[in-house]
Amino acid sequence: MSVQALRAGALATAATAPATAFAEWGVNLPQGVTAMSNTIYDLHMWVFWICVVIGVGVFLAILWSVLAYRRSKGAEPAHFHENTTVEIIWTVIPFLILVAMAIPATATLVDMYDSSDAELEIKVTGYQWRWQYEYMDEDISFFSSPTTPSAEQNNLSKKSDTYNLEVNNPLVLPVDTKIRFLITSNDVIHSWWVPEFGWKQDAIPGFINKNWTRIDEPGTYRGLCAELCGQGHAFMPIEVKAVPKDEYREWVAEQTGEDG
Amino acid sequence: MSAVADAHAVDHDHHGPAKGIARWLFTTNHKDIGTMYLVFSFTMFLVGGAMAMLIRAELFEPGMQLIQPAFYNQMTTMHGLIMVFGAVMPAFVGLANWMIPLMVGAPDMALPRLNNWSFWLLVTGSLILVSTLFMDGGAPNFGWTFYAPLSTTYGPDSTTFFIFAIHILGISSIMGAINVIATIINMRAPGMTFMKMPMFVWTWLITAFLLIAVLPVLAGVVTMMLMDIHFGTAFFDAAGGGDPVLFQHVFWFFGHPEVYIMILPAFGVISQIIPAFSRKPLFGYTSMVYAVAAIAILSFLVWAHHMFTVGIPIAGELFFMYATMIIAVPTGVKIFNWISTMFRGSLTFETPMLFAIGFVVLFTVGGLSGVMLAIAPADFQYHDTYFVVAHFHYVLIPGAIYGIFAAVYYWLPKWSGRMYSEALGKTHFWLSFIGLNVAFFPMHFVGLAGMPRRYVDYPVQFANFNMISSIGAFLFGISQLLLVYIVYRAIRSGNKAPARPWDGAEGLEWTVPSPAPYHTFEQPPKVD
Repeated sequence: MSVQALRAGALATAATAPATAFAEWGVNLPQGVTAMSNTIYDLHMWVFWICVVIGVGVFLAILWSVLAYRRSKGAEPAHFHENTTVEIIWTVIPFLILVAMAIPATATLVDMYDSSDAELEIKVTGYQWRWQYEYMDEDISFFSSPTTPSAEQNNLSKKSDTYNLEVNNPLVLPVDTKIRFLITSNDVIHSWWVPEFGWKQDAIPGFINKNWTRIDEPGTYRGLCAELCGQGHAFMPIEVKAVPKDEYREWVAEQTGEDG
Repeated sequence: MSAVADAHAVDHDHHGPAKGIARWLFTTNHKDIGTMYLVFSFTMFLVGGAMAMLIRAELFEPGMQLIQPAFYNQMTTMHGLIMVFGAVMPAFVGLANWMIPLMVGAPDMALPRLNNWSFWLLVTGSLILVSTLFMDGGAPNFGWTFYAPLSTTYGPDSTTFFIFAIHILGISSIMGAINVIATIINMRAPGMTFMKMPMFVWTWLITAFLLIAVLPVLAGVVTMMLMDIHFGTAFFDAAGGGDPVLFQHVFWFFGHPEVYIMILPAFGVISQIIPAFSRKPLFGYTSMVYAVAAIAILSFLVWAHHMFTVGIPIAGELFFMYATMIIAVPTGVKIFNWISTMFRGSLTFETPMLFAIGFVVLFTVGGLSGVMLAIAPADFQYHDTYFVVAHFHYVLIPGAIYGIFAAVYYWLPKWSGRMYSEALGKTHFWLSFIGLNVAFFPMHFVGLAGMPRRYVDYPVQFANFNMISSIGAFLFGISQLLLVYIVYRAIRSGNKAPARPWDGAEGLEWTVPSPAPYHTFEQPPKVD
């Protein structure tokens, strides 16, 4: 028991320490805790740096023109225009840069779409305004509703660090397991998003979308609904508790024991 | 034949504007109608802007301060709808009305009565849209994209009036577009071939075709909603065998070209202004025309990049990703052309030029974040976050709005016969420039860090950047009131403007006196 508590404490610290350091001024995507989220992060940074280089080049060209060719400094206008060579160059080079982005993007997308051979299947259903989780191979099903007190939302008491990010029943998942999510909705369109997993997927009434994850590190990962779903849109958070496999089996036994 | 035309012309000399309110209600004069469009669109810009101020005030701090979530959703929805349909589109129609006849050497728009009808339908549709705010159950609250079933099964009662307003506004825009096409095709001065048309005329011609192509699609999608709500159909209702995703396909088939409808005329404005203040011809006129046409055609092939997370098959994802990325090529061509036009020119920095350079710089930022958003696997993170909000405000404000401001400063001397105060104009530019960047740049950060859009309240880790955004937004909002004063002051007491106030400006509009007489080009000019 105490070992577990210690481990849980250590995990909580490990999971939150890097997050709190920059939490107030977070400026970038999280790298995430799955191989897929890391790939997406790398792709994001690759495209980002290409865009930065292009942007800087464009801005320098503008700056140069603006500084060097002012009439107030006596600049006389040239009269050149139309140059086919230049125009071909600035059409072809951007195209090649785009190809350099498209190749890794395509490879990543193919991986994302391969949700085969999942070891665990979870059905996620969006409701106005909470989530339902069903473990397809176990007799487990529960609602996950927000628990942030209205006193905090109405500024009557101090907001906690997990303000608008806390739920009564978190989704419990094992690490190192390929998990397929079947995502749908009971009313309007919602979108299930945990940034640490690298994706969001729309929950659409009458349709079942799928996506998958394989979590590398135990911890608590929080997410939010990402598709406007009415007045409670900002208030249907997602909380995932990723635990080691043996702990997960204990949890399942506990749940099914209770239900049965 | 010529005798008849001459008799007509003599008649017109004694035919000034009517007096009082009748002049504005019944006018068929393109200049009067253009003025009404511009004044009306700026009024709507302030109304939509006031809603944005309320949104940013609520988001100043986490927690619920000023408005409740239900009303907040009405504000985000109405802000978007009013800015798109009430402010940006009508402002460009106003510019088209004023400038296209002057730029092609035509006496008026080809269909003057239709022109009057277009404007008054715009007012009618906009009033219906705004009136929904005062209805039981409130205004539309489902976002300007009005996704079903939130807007159908779950929508407020006022949705029906919203649908009616969209129909009316659509008819108004289609008639405006027909008028622009008829004028440009039929009424150009002798000698003005297509490839001699000013860029603003070219971009509007292409925009008008986009409008005619996609507004009926918008009308179709809202009609399907109307059927679902009142007549028992189930186009978008999964319980009745319908498909909510179908809504998004149809909507974005309209919605993506709509984005270019709001930007292409601004491209045209910038392509007039940069050569004028660089005193150097546009670097690649021909390639600019082709680039605009290419962007317009591609705009029909990329709609599902707004839907990467709805669960479309991988082949679809790949197609829409590649098609979207390709748009960067013609857009790059335009940016490079504007810079090459400035390069080795003789530049001065009057207010229109400042807004034009601000346009090129900030539109590049929005364009590059657009390239990032096109990357489908990464969009599974970006989608529906503040990163998207930052992106489209960086293309719409420096794009559409700066384009309109640049045009207003550039052509105000022609419209009013007066010069505006250059010092005040520059102040307006710099306040807008700083306000815009302080408001919208931090949204990239909160979006990447995980804040979804359309949130009335947010986790505390996004608090700092949201407060900065709000401060920037207030600055941007307040600076726009300055424009009212600048225009008012110019008209009241500005210096008299010569026929061609900008020494580098070229085009037929500068050959008529300032202010432009009520009737111009009754005899068509000759273009070499």
